[in-house]
Amino acid sequence: MGSAQNPPVIEPGYTYASVTDKISSIVLRRGTPRGWYFGFAIAFALLMLLTYAVLWLFAIGVGVWGVNVPVGWGFDIVNFVWWIGIGHAGTLISAILLLLRQRWRTSINRFAEAMTLFAVACAGMFPLLHMGRAWLAYWLLPYPNTMGLWPQFRSPLVWDVFAVSTYATVSLLFWFVGLIPDLATLRDRAKKRAAKVIYGFLAMGWRGSAVHWHRYEMASLLLAGLATPLVISVHTVVSFDFAVSVIPGWHTTIFPPYFVAGAIYSGFAMVMTLAIPIRKFYGLEDFITMRHLENMAKVMLATGLIVAYGYMMETFGAFYSGNGYEKFMILNRWGGPYALFYWVLIACNIVIPQFMWFKKVRTNVAVLFAISLVVNIGMWLERFIIVVTSLHRDFLPSSWGMYTPTKYDWATYVGTIGLFLTLLFLFIRFLPIISISEMRGLVPSTPEEKKR
Amino acid sequence: MQKTDSQETMTTDDNSKERIDLDALRARAKDAGPQRMWRSLEELADTEEHRAFLHNEFPNDPEKDPAGTPRREVLKWMAASAALAGLSGCTKMPEQKIVPYVRAPEEIIPGKPLFYATTFVQGGVGTGVLVESHMGRPTKIEGNPLHPGSLGATDIFAQASILDLYDPDRSQVVIHEGRISSYAAFLSAIADLRTNLAPTKGKGLRILTETITSPTLGWQIQELLKEFPEARWHQWEPCSRDNVREGTKRAFGRYMNPVYQFDKADVILSLDADFLYSSPGAVRYARDFASRRNADGTGAKMNRLYVVEQGSTTTGAMADHRLAIRASDVPDFAAALADALDVQLPGLGSGKGKTPAGVPANWIEALARDLRAHRGSCAVIAGEQQLEAVHTLAQALNVALGAAGNTVIYTDPIEASPTIGYTSIVHLNDDMDDGKVQALFILGGNPVYAAPDDLNFTRNLLKVNFRAHLGPYEDETAELCHWHVPATHYLESWGDARAYDGTISLIQPLIAPLYDGKTAHEIIAVLEGHADKTGYDLVREHWKLQKFDKGFDAFWETSLHDGVVSGSALSSVLVKIDSSLTKEESHFVLDHFPGFPFGPKADTLEVVFRPDPTIYDGQFANNGWLQETPKPITKLTWDNTAQVSPATAEKLGVANGNVVQIVIRKGGGARGIEAPVWIVPGQADNSITLHLGYGRTRAGRLGTGVGFNASTLQLGAEPWIAVESIIPVDLKVTKTGKTYPLAATQHHSMIDANGHKEELESVNAFQRELVQVGTLEEFRRNPKFAQEKTETPPKELSLYPGYEYKGYSWGMAIDLNKCNGCNACVVACQAENNIPIVGKEEVMRGREMHWLRVDTYFRGDLDAPETYFEPVPCMHCENAPCEGVCPVAATVHSPEGLNEMIYNRCVGTRYCSNNCPYKVRRFNFKLYSDFVTQSLVPLRNPNVSVRSRGVMEKCTYCVQRIQSAKIEAEKQDREVRDGEVVTACEAVCPAQAITFGNINDKQSRVSKWKASPRDYTLLPELNTRPRTSYLARLRNPNPDMPKSEKG
Amino acid sequence: MRRLEFMGQVFHRSTNTIARVSIYGAVFLIAALGWAVYELSASPYVTDVNVAKDQPVPFSHKHHAGELGLDCRYCHTSVETSPSAGMPPTQTCMTCHSQIWVKSPMLEPVRSSYRDDKSIQWVRVNAVPDFVYFNHSIHVNKGVGCTTCHGPVADMPLTWRANTLQMSWCLDCHRNPEKYVRPRSEVFNPHYAEPANQLEIGLELVKKYKIQSLTNCSTCHR
Repeated sequence: MGSAQNPPVIEPGYTYASVTDKISSIVLRRGTPRGWYFGFAIAFALLMLLTYAVLWLFAIGVGVWGVNVPVGWGFDIVNFVWWIGIGHAGTLISAILLLLRQRWRTSINRFAEAMTLFAVACAGMFPLLHMGRAWLAYWLLPYPNTMGLWPQFRSPLVWDVFAVSTYATVSLLFWFVGLIPDLATLRDRAKKRAAKVIYGFLAMGWRGSAVHWHRYEMASLLLAGLATPLVISVHTVVSFDFAVSVIPGWHTTIFPPYFVAGAIYSGFAMVMTLAIPIRKFYGLEDFITMRHLENMAKVMLATGLIVAYGYMMETFGAFYSGNGYEKFMILNRWGGPYALFYWVLIACNIVIPQFMWFKKVRTNVAVLFAISLVVNIGMWLERFIIVVTSLHRDFLPSSWGMYTPTKYDWATYVGTIGLFLTLLFLFIRFLPIISISEMRGLVPSTPEEKKR
Repeated sequence: MQKTDSQETMTTDDNSKERIDLDALRARAKDAGPQRMWRSLEELADTEEHRAFLHNEFPNDPEKDPAGTPRREVLKWMAASAALAGLSGCTKMPEQKIVPYVRAPEEIIPGKPLFYATTFVQGGVGTGVLVESHMGRPTKIEGNPLHPGSLGATDIFAQASILDLYDPDRSQVVIHEGRISSYAAFLSAIADLRTNLAPTKGKGLRILTETITSPTLGWQIQELLKEFPEARWHQWEPCSRDNVREGTKRAFGRYMNPVYQFDKADVILSLDADFLYSSPGAVRYARDFASRRNADGTGAKMNRLYVVEQGSTTTGAMADHRLAIRASDVPDFAAALADALDVQLPGLGSGKGKTPAGVPANWIEALARDLRAHRGSCAVIAGEQQLEAVHTLAQALNVALGAAGNTVIYTDPIEASPTIGYTSIVHLNDDMDDGKVQALFILGGNPVYAAPDDLNFTRNLLKVNFRAHLGPYEDETAELCHWHVPATHYLESWGDARAYDGTISLIQPLIAPLYDGKTAHEIIAVLEGHADKTGYDLVREHWKLQKFDKGFDAFWETSLHDGVVSGSALSSVLVKIDSSLTKEESHFVLDHFPGFPFGPKADTLEVVFRPDPTIYDGQFANNGWLQETPKPITKLTWDNTAQVSPATAEKLGVANGNVVQIVIRKGGGARGIEAPVWIVPGQADNSITLHLGYGRTRAGRLGTGVGFNASTLQLGAEPWIAVESIIPVDLKVTKTGKTYPLAATQHHSMIDANGHKEELESVNAFQRELVQVGTLEEFRRNPKFAQEKTETPPKELSLYPGYEYKGYSWGMAIDLNKCNGCNACVVACQAENNIPIVGKEEVMRGREMHWLRVDTYFRGDLDAPETYFEPVPCMHCENAPCEGVCPVAATVHSPEGLNEMIYNRCVGTRYCSNNCPYKVRRFNFKLYSDFVTQSLVPLRNPNVSVRSRGVMEKCTYCVQRIQSAKIEAEKQDREVRDGEVVTACEAVCPAQAITFGNINDKQSRVSKWKASPRDYTLLPELNTRPRTSYLARLRNPNPDMPKSEKG
Repeated sequence: MRRLEFMGQVFHRSTNTIARVSIYGAVFLIAALGWAVYELSASPYVTDVNVAKDQPVPFSHKHHAGELGLDCRYCHTSVETSPSAGMPPTQTCMTCHSQIWVKSPMLEPVRSSYRDDKSIQWVRVNAVPDFVYFNHSIHVNKGVGCTTCHGPVADMPLTWRANTLQMSWCLDCHRNPEKYVRPRSEVFNPHYAEPANQLEIGLELVKKYKIQSLTNCSTCHR
């Protein structure tokens, strides 16, 4: 419940009907806005770029990328970790905040979850693409085979397979279950038969009976309970990919917490990056209010500080441990060939976000948008620093090398953004971006509520 | 590898190619004037395909032109889609056929290799080899333990020579005036020629060969000259031993062949001689030298090596005292040293007061004292590219110091007819110019490409009416000859050759000529009118003339089997200084360099020419293995450079990869080239090294258009050193502002440390105790100095009980005190394990595939550093970081301690490589192995999988050799004996710096090595417990040497 | 309001059942698919097991090895010394068939091969992938009989593959050799029948022949 001093989570004067109209109309109104087509066209073009890059990758091999020995992982894993991180906010918002009874989450959880799914979809591609022989990826699954072999369960990559796939499944279920009542609404309000059938099919015969609602609540609660630990586990496991190795800059115990914090950090940044334009474009300021943005800003501030602490401890550890390799690694980050990226990262992730201490900043939509973008970039750079600078100068100086991304690296990266946006645009067009049923729950019904 | 499938785009070896109109060309050359610089006929002719080359060095690099997706890409598509179709796991094996013999040959057992002895010849000098043959296909070269020049080892050239046999670019047909012809046509042409020559007693018939040591060929040519007394035989090759021969003649009054016995030498002085790497007998010299670098055990007496040199060579890196001075200063140094040892040669001025600049005070005195102190057990050797005056002095010193007859023996020349190549080709050249040459037979060699430019050999060659060329490639020379006959590879030929010490060994074919090639023997026979005689007949015919106590057949059988003619080594001859030589008899010292010794001069720049360390004089330009072998010290591949010292680079204001223009003016003519700079620590200041062999225009798809042709600048009069103090030349070096990409396999980043220039990589390497070095005294004082610097965590610290290795447990030890960084192991490994080449672009991306690399580090000021080599194969860690992280268990540990890599299980996540602290793993980022070129298929070792795209690979300790040895032992119900498993790198090592075996057997050689106090491992603190360990390097400095020396 | 929503009924009630069934059904469907794939990959279609191959000459091991009792090594000469067992050259066939069945049209390919020095192209029956390095000599020397892998050759009129030669099959023996080894004297006996007490005999032989259970990868993959 929003307490007195907090601004409301929904502007006054709304009825059940008006809420429903406003949201469902985005999907059901006749004709699609030009802006949508424009955005979709760009996104789709990028998606085609991805297709080209991937086909070429399969034709020639991972050699089309800039990876080499010593830098065996480049953009592929950088992007993987980045996307997975982004994929965190959704489930966190919907699951954890649901359990914490944070009602302000209502209006943003739907597309935050959608975003999660799309981000995980993008992330999921990279472990496949980065393989020298992607068509044998199924060897990572434990199944009875004619070779009499199993995967190697000591390898974090195998853990990844389970962690990511579980996370993807649960998030999908959670998102879909949440959609069911709204799908039913759309089914009932749709004019065209085709729409009726499709929405009806997806609504799975929802009639909104008391039983349905009861089951619905139960399911959401259970899934929320299931998803919450996953939010933590996924990125922990991802961080093991590095923490388990011996490479200075990877081999550190601080990674799990610092990765999870970073993930939430970037996740919220991305929600912000998406929420702000959408609410503007579809005039949803009444539903996604300043209070939402401000709360998200606060979460970012908090997680950002955790991340900063992570960087600090990493540096401290390197010097305190007296381990020459660790020390060299840090000095190489500060002054080596990739130093510039490191300092940009510090600026993006630590310095700039501090402005969010000021309420003025937290309530200035434009500035928030800018900051959220900066943080997205910063978090990408963080992964680049971790993956590339740690590898390019490790133990034996004779095998030191440099990593320069090729145009195919870039195409793949930009391409996945295309995939992400394409899915997002389709989602905006065909599904309610805000949970109608839950928003209805926020409409003040009792007189004293009305007074506010 | 991109290049092996480029037939579509490259058509140089396509005979239909339009020939260059030479008259037009000459015309253009004229109006271009002397200022215009040109690298090749084609560039001058400026033909379409030449432009194509310049602009597109890697025609099929997908990075460059995705549009031009050639056949190979299509195959990859098919491969990928087929594999995807295989997703279901139920791919059906294609139907295969079994094709047995009709009549089986006795000796061949299917699946078992056979070994035959034959002889690899380079620069005329033979090295005995044993060739592994699978079902009649030669696949691998090993050294012949019975041959004095090999003792079981070989150099990189012998190792890589097998690739030339299967080179798809070899010339395959007889060419007549640019069109495919037939050998029959050639024969009839010769028949006509003979009838024309008969009346004139062969007037105008000339034969040009490279250095010939083959007794048979020598005899044949003499026979021919008996028939045609007016004919002449010329011998010339770009990297000859003229100066050695001339030097001995100057000293002893006749041609001699100095043979060094470094195993007997306590003190060795090298005057600009890279005798451990690039001289006939280098393989043997490396072995003998290394045998005296052993300080373990009591009574072991370590030798001491002084090197005075211009460039940074592997020999210099082994030196206990190294002095870097200009090549043009070495003669003065020699004279000064001779002076210090009171060795006087009439005709050679005294070196008094002419000590060259850059030689620290008392350096020469201390050296002289040391040499005196070791009278009879010291040796002085001069470099083949040094003025013969230096050789004369070196021999005189050997005599004076009592080395002659002890550490140096002198034999009669090994050449069938010792000749000074330079005079020989000059005579030929002049006669061609005067139109005295009717018919010229060029049997081997490529003078059109390699002849010093100022001879105008090409121009004069075109004045000869009948030009025939015998060679393995349709090269620059072949292009300008009326007739080109494909030469056989030595693995297809019959013949014989002499070793560095004169030992004769026979050449026998392993396989019938793939392309109906011919040998020089057969061509000479044709000239004699015996077209019917085969190489086999001719060699036997010659040897039948000799006397044998056990009869010819016995001799023939044993000689073929052993690979050497026993007791054929030339016997030592007693020498005495004989300076009665007249001006006329000697052609160099007296008339060319009146001013010798030249005396100290300002720091004028000199240009020094050297054979390339990996492609030699250009004959290996199309050999991918050698092109991609990182050159010692610089670690460069696929290019030659203008090498300068850090100081000189500063002076010229250039950095690595900057292109400079080098112009040499002599008399009227000016010649120039543009070359990328490479900074070489330890090189002499004010000296530029250019390597020959590059800038080929018709080498083949790999060698053509790679690098620049340094011989463009060479001066016939003095081919090796161009500096005004020796011959009147005007040398100009200017920055062009251009840069050129170079592919080095090891990064060198210069930093300022401890007040002078150092290399970031090396500084860290020594901080990390990767290379352990001590002096002999330090070692005597504290033998365990290497182990004490690092600490290995005790086994008990681990939570898990360590695995207990019963039975065999394989390990390797590498003695840094012996390794001279010659790369033989690298190439041997490549040949044994079907390792592909990747091409320059991929090397630049850091994707070279060598399983074994030779790391190079510099210690101290880069102006005069100590250089260290460290071969790094897979460490086969007992706690291997790579194993834990592989998601599909494609790399696992064997009960015998091998870290196994299973290609067919690998899915290519590259996690293992990331997690390997030694970065010894190599990944097939693209389809590097050539599955398309048919001629390369028989080359492959059938016992090693050919890796396809997307899989990791690495050193396996030659597991295929381990397995076959184990199986043989098991069948005989016994243990594998020590020395039964010999890895490719161990077998080939000339210095015997690598040993491999069972470390559970305390008597094995490897156990004994690992028991040495010098034994240490890399990064022990990581507790990876490597099975490959190193023996620390020891230096044996002369205590009373001045400290401030350069090097 | 609520009632209204129920009017535009799109789906019939029955669809609810279909929905339920399909949800549960999916689980089994996927399981079934996996099983099918596995079956297929082990089926003769893929493995060629028990599929007799047509040969240029219908050579019968049944007749030669079984009835005439020719020793395996008479034709497969290098089986004890080399990785490859060796395919007999035409010469070997002609040792007998230059005397007997000289007119038989069936043997014409053999005679013509010998006449014009052209090899007979046999169709391969037993093959392992290129990345597998199988060595006959060590197996026969350690008491692995021909028929252990190649099946009842003496009863094969036309030769077929008796075992899948898939990795799991190899491992079965490599993990517990005692299940299959036989006395060296019996290795080339095509009629050898596994004794009732194979396991105890096996264990003795394993000791006697020093047979190790080699399951590390480089035993076969290099």
